[in-house]
Amino acid sequence: MSVPEVSRYAPWGPNSLRHRRHVLDLDDFTTDEIMAVLDNAVSMKEILGRSVPQVPILRGKTVVNIFYEESTRTRMSFELAARTLSASVSSMTAKGSSIEKGESLIDTIRTIQALGADIIVMRHHESGAPYLAAQHFKGSIINAGDGRHAHPSQALLDLFTIRERLGRLDGLNIVIVGDIIHSRVARSDIWGMLRCGANVTLCGPSTLIGDTALWQATFPNLRVSYTLDDLLPDTDVLMALRIQKERQQAGLLPSLREYSNDYGVTQERIDRMPAHAIVMHPGPMNEGVEIMPEAAISPRSVIEAQVTNGVAVRMALLYRLSGEPTATN
Amino acid sequence: MPILITNGRIFDPDTRQSELGSLLIDNGVVLARYQGELPADAGVRSASGTTVIDATNRIISPGLIDLHVHLREPGEEHKETIATGTRAAAAGGFTVVACMPNTRPAADSVAVIEHIKRAAEKAHYAEVLPIAAATIGRAGKELSPMRELVAAGAIGFSDDGVPVADPAVMRNVFEYVKMLGVPYFGHCEDMVLSKGWGMHEGAVSNRLGLPGYPSAAEEVGIARDIALCELTGSRLHVCHVSSAGGVALIRAAKARGVRVTAEASPHHLLLSDRWVLGWLDEAAKAENIPGLSLNPTLRAPYDTSTRVSPPLRSEADAEAVLIGLLDGTLDFVATDHAPHSKVDKEVEYRTAMAGLIGSETALSLMLMLVHRGRMTIEDVIVRMTDIPAAMIGRGTTALRVGGRADVTVIDPQLVWTVEASTILSKNHNTPLLGNMLKGKAVATIYRGHITYQA
Repeated sequence: MSVPEVSRYAPWGPNSLRHRRHVLDLDDFTTDEIMAVLDNAVSMKEILGRSVPQVPILRGKTVVNIFYEESTRTRMSFELAARTLSASVSSMTAKGSSIEKGESLIDTIRTIQALGADIIVMRHHESGAPYLAAQHFKGSIINAGDGRHAHPSQALLDLFTIRERLGRLDGLNIVIVGDIIHSRVARSDIWGMLRCGANVTLCGPSTLIGDTALWQATFPNLRVSYTLDDLLPDTDVLMALRIQKERQQAGLLPSLREYSNDYGVTQERIDRMPAHAIVMHPGPMNEGVEIMPEAAISPRSVIEAQVTNGVAVRMALLYRLSGEPTATN
Repeated sequence: MPILITNGRIFDPDTRQSELGSLLIDNGVVLARYQGELPADAGVRSASGTTVIDATNRIISPGLIDLHVHLREPGEEHKETIATGTRAAAAGGFTVVACMPNTRPAADSVAVIEHIKRAAEKAHYAEVLPIAAATIGRAGKELSPMRELVAAGAIGFSDDGVPVADPAVMRNVFEYVKMLGVPYFGHCEDMVLSKGWGMHEGAVSNRLGLPGYPSAAEEVGIARDIALCELTGSRLHVCHVSSAGGVALIRAAKARGVRVTAEASPHHLLLSDRWVLGWLDEAAKAENIPGLSLNPTLRAPYDTSTRVSPPLRSEADAEAVLIGLLDGTLDFVATDHAPHSKVDKEVEYRTAMAGLIGSETALSLMLMLVHRGRMTIEDVIVRMTDIPAAMIGRGTTALRVGGRADVTVIDPQLVWTVEASTILSKNHNTPLLGNMLKGKAVATIYRGHITYQA
């Protein structure tokens, strides 16, 4: 077993291929369900290409985005996805809202429920916050990023983009390089990629990966490397993660320059990967640190495609939540 | 009013022997002790006003002692009061509790110590032994009026929750407790290493993306306090040891003669960091067999009732803490009963106050170790009676004629479910809700008064 099985114990019952209640992480998605979402997203992408990109799948439904952290692409992507599906959409950020006045998460969720929301898309700075929200909301929660924990829609759009470019996921060698330990994107990617049969290697300095044994306790087949250059000839997908400048101040890195020398995605490193290999980045980028400007726009980069595909994948997720429930909470 | 407890196994922690017998209690003391089966027509049964408690197939134990609880009064009465906290303690079989000084204001003045003693006397559910703050306001800067506090009834000192950060101040605390002949109850933690923590640093924290509280943060804290205790020739009591490394440090210190004692909390012996996964934990053995196993998947992931300081650690750590208790490295059991209100707990995981309630489940959890064959019931009771009593300078708790009538009647086989509706503590912050346990105190008598009866 390369990755733990899907939990049997969730109180809202098992997720079917047709419907699920909440999207909190990819750890409760089976391989079949991931593939179903990616297949749905292909249809959604076709809809987005139409001259009038709108379908009535979520007509009459209300989607509320609540963002406790700043976000550009994720929030806009969810807004566009919900509008394309004809939902009524509203968004709020912590800044300037009652959250600043000290309202608790549960009270905020209850308020939004009272206002008639069917789906809440939630970004929060604390790991686990969407699980708390899910226990107090009668509708569906989509986790749009919680602390260091999970960012399932990002992971799904990453999987979609890889499959679109390379035709498959099974058996691919994927390297995630950068600040793994603080990354919700990495954690969700690992679940999704391993469930889809890819080989995943985490790469970066020890301070940003943590204890290999702790990773392998959950994911026995996950590999860890401290040297990027050794991996490049066998890499199909190279995903760079954002390095926050505060990491150096916190003493986790000797210098951004040294990090960039050892782990930065440069054109020169891209040239050492196989001809079909692609470069990804979940954004926002720190160009010149974890990725060089020319690498980000090289023909091998799929960074813009990730953003575009994000809308289609989020439409597919919203569609999945819109079916008839199979279990009650 | 006389109380007659009939036909139980009267356990003597001093000799570790038990024998079938009955106890007659009146005026707060053990009036008589009858050996063997008490006949159904015994005259003592019918004395006017006598309350008879049938202890057939039960153990008649001295009242249990818990040297680590948080009663929250004064200042946080929405979490617990001295009355509700001692009532919960009585329901758990305790007749003596020692309360930590992290109240508001902190227990750093004679006035607060006197308030605690008065309120406890009024509630009369258990004897309350105040532990005073070692520094003013628990700020770790100036020493509290330690001599006055001992004179007022403080049994020791602690800055529980927030250890004295400055080792030079800590050294002076050790000098003073040595002079006063009382122990220092150390919450040992390097707060720089644990800064921003969510849970134990391990495979689960890594999976859940919660910042870790590494075992090393506890080990560094214990190592520092052992060194300072050794330097001053003072007395250190290490609270709630949770890590394998912490146990090893205490074992080594004891071997070279340092005056250190330590306690284990039931939740660190029987729960682990896996509980934070809740229903995400596919690998958990989810079946709850009373007395043998618990089901950690009844709770949601990130359930804040699992957040406690020091945190629930790995299963290997729990095993090491148990080994430490079995070989005497850890001297006794204490609950760290820490009630928090819904406002404190129904929030994001890392934001939630750390602590769980333990008074009412401690004995049942310890009896789980008996049902599993890891401890004898005699050993459990000794570690909840005579050993903590000795640590605060008291003699045996054994029930002797003429002695104080603090008695706990234990039914080791009683199966019960932990339910919010029956918890007597003011709050229900325990991850055990919904689980069935086996074994319980069924009657508690404090100074001759029945303080709990199932």
